[in-house]
Amino acid sequence: MTGDGCAEIRLMVQADVDGELTPAEAARVSAHLDGCAGCASLPAQLMALSGSIRREALYYPAPDALHAAIRSRIAGAAPQPAEGAAMPDMNQYTAARWWKRLPRPTWRGSAPFGAGFALAACLALVVMLPRGDGLPDDVVAGHIRALQPGHLLDVTSTDQHTVKPWFDGRLDFAPPVRDFKAEGFPLTGARLDYLAGRTVAALVYQRRQHVIDLFVWPDGRHFDRSPVVGDHSGYNVLRWSRDGMAFWAVSDLNAQELADFVRLWQAE
Amino acid sequence: MTLPGVADFERVVLPHLDAAYNLARWLVGDATLAQDVVQDAVMRALSYFGSFRGGDARAWLLRIVRNTAYTALAARQRGGTASLDAMWRDGEATALQVHDPADDPEAALARSENVAQLDQALAALPLELRECLVLRELQELSYKEISHVTGVPIGTVMSRLWRARQLLMRNPVEGGET
Ligand SMILES: [Zn+2]
Repeated sequence: MTGDGCAEIRLMVQADVDGELTPAEAARVSAHLDGCAGCASLPAQLMALSGSIRREALYYPAPDALHAAIRSRIAGAAPQPAEGAAMPDMNQYTAARWWKRLPRPTWRGSAPFGAGFALAACLALVVMLPRGDGLPDDVVAGHIRALQPGHLLDVTSTDQHTVKPWFDGRLDFAPPVRDFKAEGFPLTGARLDYLAGRTVAALVYQRRQHVIDLFVWPDGRHFDRSPVVGDHSGYNVLRWSRDGMAFWAVSDLNAQELADFVRLWQAE
Repeated sequence: MTLPGVADFERVVLPHLDAAYNLARWLVGDATLAQDVVQDAVMRALSYFGSFRGGDARAWLLRIVRNTAYTALAARQRGGTASLDAMWRDGEATALQVHDPADDPEAALARSENVAQLDQALAALPLELRECLVLRELQELSYKEISHVTGVPIGTVMSRLWRARQLLMRNPVEGGET
C-alpha cells in the first residue's frame, strides 16, 4: 500500500541510505519497508544511484596552477620574514606538499553518522541492503567481519608470489599484490571478500598488533584518484584509485601510519 | 614575524583545496571561473580566519567557496560588477536567480562531447539541487555539514537531495535519452 505516510518515510529512507539515522529511526524505516510494497525498492534504487554518481561523476581536484597561485597570493598577503626571505619555510613547504598528496577531505567530516548511530545498526543495514560502490560502510563491515576468529585469511602467506597466483581463477581481474615487509608492513595473507556487489580481493597486512585490510577491485573511474582519508566507526579508511583499480585500506591503525602504508603503495 | 595565523591557515585550510575546487567547478561549470572563485574564496577565508573558532575547516571553507561561486555567477550574469556584499550576505536568496551554466547551450555543448552521461545529467540539475548532491555524493558531507555550507535548514537539504535524486532517476543513469 502507498499511503500518506510514505512521502514522509521516503525522506527517512533516503536519510537511512545516507547514514544519517539513529538506530530507533532506522528501525522505523525498516518496519515500514517490510510492510509497504510501494517503498520496498526505494533503498536499492537510491543506493544504485549513489554508487553510480560516486563511480562515474567527475571529481575535479585542484589544478597544480591553482595550488601555486594560492600559495603565492597567501605569501603576498603576509609580511615577509626579516631574514631568509628568499628561502621558503621548509616545514611549511613539506607539510603543504604532504597534504596536497594525501588526505583530501575527511568524508562525512566529524560525524560519520547521526548521533548514536550504532555499529550494530550499521551492520544490520549492510546485511539488509548491500550498499553501492563508494560507500564506506561495507568496507569497514568487511574488515570487522574478517577480524572474527577464522575469517581473516583464505590463504596464509607472506610471499607475494604465492598470493598473486592464488587469486587466479578466483577473480575476474588480477589485483596487484605487493609486500612491504622491509618497510614494516608485512603481507600476511589474502582472502576473497564480497563488497559493493562484487567479489573483491582483500590483502591482509600486519603493523605491530594492528591488521590492515586492503580491498582491491576494478574501478570504472575515468582517472586516478588521490587518497581520501576517512574515519568511520572508529576505523581509519584511506581509498584511492590507480590504473583502473579501486583501493580501500581500512584499519584501526592510526591515520598517520596508515597514510605511510598508502604512500608505499603509491610509490612506483 | 609572519602574520599571526598564516601558518595555521595553511595547515588547517589548504588541505581542503581539492574539495573547494571540485565544488566550485561543479557550481560554475567552468574551469577558469572555478579557479578564480577558489582563489577569491581562499583570500576571503584568510581575512576571516581570525574569527574561525576551530571545528570543521572543510565545511567552513566550502561555505565561503559556495557563496563566492554564487557571487561570481551573478556577476557573470550581469556582465559586470555585482553587489558582492549583498549577495555575500544572502546567497540563498540569489540562488534561484543567478545564471546557471546548465542553462547555457554553449556550455552544455562544450561539455557534451566526451563527458559521461551522468556528468551531464548532474550538471543539468538546477543549481540549488546540484550543490546539495555534489556536497553529499562527491564531498561526502553529512546533512548537518551541507546545511552549514548552503545556509539552509536540514529539512530543506533533505528535500533538495530528494528532488535531485528523483530527477536523476527519472533521467536514467544507464542508457536512455539525455
Ligand atoms: Zn510506503
